Amino acid sequence: MRNVDRRFDILPIVRISSGRLFFRISLISSAIALLAGLPFLVSNAQSPQSAAAAQQPGAPITTPPYPTIPPPQAPRTGLNIVVLDPAHGGTDPGARGAQGIRESDLLLDLTFQVRRALEAQGFQVLQTRSGNENPSFDDRSTLANAQRGAVFVTLHISSTGLPGTVRVYTMPDAFASVATGGVIGWDHAQAPYVTLSRRFGDAVQGQLAQRFKGSPNNSQSATIRQLRTTAAPAIAVELASVSVQDRADLDRMMPGVGDAIARGLADFRPSYVLPGEAGARP
Amino acid sequence: MSGNWRTWVVVGLGIAVASAAIYFPILRRRVKTAAKIAEPSEEQARRELTQAITQNASDPVVKVKMFWTSSEDQSALAPVTIQLALSKDAALRAKQVINTLLAGPVDSDLRTLPPDAALLAFYLLPDGTAVADFSEALATSTPSGIQSEQLAVDSIARTLEANVPPVKRLKILIHGQELDTLAGHVDLTQLFVVDTKAARQGAVSLEMPVKVAIPAGSSANVSPTLPAKR
Repeated sequence: MRNVDRRFDILPIVRISSGRLFFRISLISSAIALLAGLPFLVSNAQSPQSAAAAQQPGAPITTPPYPTIPPPQAPRTGLNIVVLDPAHGGTDPGARGAQGIRESDLLLDLTFQVRRALEAQGFQVLQTRSGNENPSFDDRSTLANAQRGAVFVTLHISSTGLPGTVRVYTMPDAFASVATGGVIGWDHAQAPYVTLSRRFGDAVQGQLAQRFKGSPNNSQSATIRQLRTTAAPAIAVELASVSVQDRADLDRMMPGVGDAIARGLADFRPSYVLPGEAGARP
Repeated sequence: MSGNWRTWVVVGLGIAVASAAIYFPILRRRVKTAAKIAEPSEEQARRELTQAITQNASDPVVKVKMFWTSSEDQSALAPVTIQLALSKDAALRAKQVINTLLAGPVDSDLRTLPPDAALLAFYLLPDGTAVADFSEALATSTPSGIQSEQLAVDSIARTLEANVPPVKRLKILIHGQELDTLAGHVDLTQLFVVDTKAARQGAVSLEMPVKVAIPAGSSANVSPTLPAKR
């Protein structure tokens, strides 16, 4: 009977299960298991945020192996492109001053200054004209309407008004009432964007008011043909005026106007969400 | 010989003075007549034709508010109260106030509409849509610019709102035609809100009114039939 017991290794352990040997073996086994699993535990103990932070920019963020509640996300802005429209051109010189100043010529210089300021802020800029052409109102709108995530800025210089001031115009709120649902026609393309345009206009006008004394603090309403067919947040910016004695007076205003538009657009940017996305406007 | 020569000179001068005395009054009359029969310009003819009927002695004199450029802020309108004989008929009343607006304020610097513009016709549809047809001068003489063009339109709309309550919205035509813009900026293809209070309550639509009536036998694309010209 004793010989039989010695043939099976386990039996002495069983026999002394309440003894010291069993305790030692259990302790050693636990320690080995703990050491083997330690790297796995450490790698999974990191928070999802720190794991995401450890990623290289642009690399896909790995999904944590356990369910998480996603943090509230800031609304995605869709604003990337600015369509600049130097008005008039070609056979239409626009306003003309007594000193021979032509609105259409000055607007190309103004557009250059605005473009430079916008590109410095990281916006992509398109122009409806770069030389002495005169695209139709619809052609100008088409350029903006073909972009996703664009805003439209049409630039003007008035023939009247207090010299040295700048005004921003948007379509009147009443124009939004023509969009009662369903398909929006080309002729009323601006209707769903009236509120956004007003917000954009106020942001730019606020910046202009700080730079050009006598300019209003908020944008004004005007039924402008060019804005009506534009399916994007759209504003008209008008400097006063071609009646100045010296063209240099207007030239000096241009960098400030460009800077104000760029800063106003940067302020407006977070509130512009592309239609079809979460929290989309309009 | 010398005595004869002097006599002839005196006689000659006398004849010349007498001829001049007879001829100058005739010449003066001819100049006056020529000035009278000089053709008035097309614009003047229109103005005379369209403004002749606006004032009626039997119309009661009332206080009206005209909206011209503010003397304090050249970019805004300001109401000016004047006394005017106005018809009780809404369409005639509207013509009277628009013609007064065209005539301009005492200070001509504050006018909003060009002095050579004229109102050619005015219609008031049953739904409160007014159609004002102006001469070409409104488009060609209004200074180009968003501010100046919008002030011109607003001065008409605000003056109608203050004095002709049945007018809810306004359509502006130039010599019977719909233009794209007034002077390059403000959109004339759309209706302008006149009754701003109703517009705030959503009671004024800027959609073009449905066709009012189509004469029998005419094709379907006939333009809306307007009431008789007043």
